[in-house]
Amino acid sequence: MSTATVDNPHSAALDTAESTASHLITITLRVRRFNPEVAAEASWVDYELQMDPKERVLDALHKVKWELDGTLTFRRSCAHGICGSDAMRINGRNRLACKTLLKDINPEKPITVEPIKGLAVLKDLVVDMEPFFQAYRDVMPFLITKGNAPTRERLQSAEDRERFDDTTKCILCAACTSSCPVFWNDGQYFGPAAIVNAHRFIFDSRDEGGEQRLEILNDREGVWRCRTTFNCTDACPRGIEVTKAIQEVKRALITRRI
Amino acid sequence: MSAETSTPSDAVELTSTSAGTYSPDNPAPVIEPPRARTSRSPKKVSRTNFEMWAWLFMRLSGIVLVVLVLGHLIIQLVLDGGVSKIGFAFVAGRWASPFWQLWDLGMLWLAMLHGANGLRTVINDYAERDTTRFWLKTLLYTATVFTVFLGTLVIFTFDPNIQ
Repeated sequence: MSTATVDNPHSAALDTAESTASHLITITLRVRRFNPEVAAEASWVDYELQMDPKERVLDALHKVKWELDGTLTFRRSCAHGICGSDAMRINGRNRLACKTLLKDINPEKPITVEPIKGLAVLKDLVVDMEPFFQAYRDVMPFLITKGNAPTRERLQSAEDRERFDDTTKCILCAACTSSCPVFWNDGQYFGPAAIVNAHRFIFDSRDEGGEQRLEILNDREGVWRCRTTFNCTDACPRGIEVTKAIQEVKRALITRRI
Repeated sequence: MSAETSTPSDAVELTSTSAGTYSPDNPAPVIEPPRARTSRSPKKVSRTNFEMWAWLFMRLSGIVLVVLVLGHLIIQLVLDGGVSKIGFAFVAGRWASPFWQLWDLGMLWLAMLHGANGLRTVINDYAERDTTRFWLKTLLYTATVFTVFLGTLVIFTFDPNIQ
């Protein structure tokens, strides 16, 4: 009797130890592939993979590229959610592939991976980011001051720093801009990311170029094109309240012009 | 812009017919993004506050219109026997008072400008080519001016004794 009670849990533990692959699940990775040198149209390609559900979508993409098909092309650098290289449309939502766990996006069904929308696809998941970065450059995302530079640090109170703390978190992954329906339809719109980075300097007490940036964002393609659909806030992998930042720029424009 | 829009499809067409013949010496054509924002795209900073005023007008006129339109609907369709009471005499009776003339005038102007500005943003968003955009806006502004003019004329020249 006593041996039987000991045996049962032991054999269960032994089972899991023996079949080391039991924690792996079969997933289908459905990738939107495009190679302009092979076909004019993009097409869906399915890959069956044995993955640990605690792994990330980026690991699945790596498995495809390293073990199944070396021609799969995508961007990634740090793979830890800081560099902002691997923003893509996963199951219809813009996310960072390196921050999305397979278990969180229903691995029972095929997982769709597409390039982000609104920017020209160059190959597979790689898009031309130049329009995005041009909009970023246009809002002058650097400190602008008058007069001579001080001989020591430019001091700032904790409250003044807190004013723009949220928008300092941007990693320029373009998840927000490429989720914006206005940007999809009109690539001339500055887009949420550029406005967020303008906000970061407009509300910085040390900066003196706020008026210039507001002038740029008051333009036809500026903040007034925002339709407050909150897609950008939902898409931001850093949790920045993007739409709120855009609304604060609008408010600053109204209160300074009237 | 229209020339740029046609480039990508042409480039892709070219690619599909001669697939696999590209090499470092004969590279594939560059695919231009549609209506891209590049360093060469025109930087015409308008320096006017038109977009800001348009945005503010939408918010403020929206608030006023909620009162005007809901009040109008309740008076016309709910109170005093509802829609069956509306006739020439009912309209003539209301427009005898300057208050209702002003109410209807305000509703006409605000609703028309609010709607026209909304459609203007829709055209800005969805019309791809500059010529399409121009003609749609011309049509919109003509229709708006005509309707506002006609409505205002009727409110102020309404004759209850017309035969």
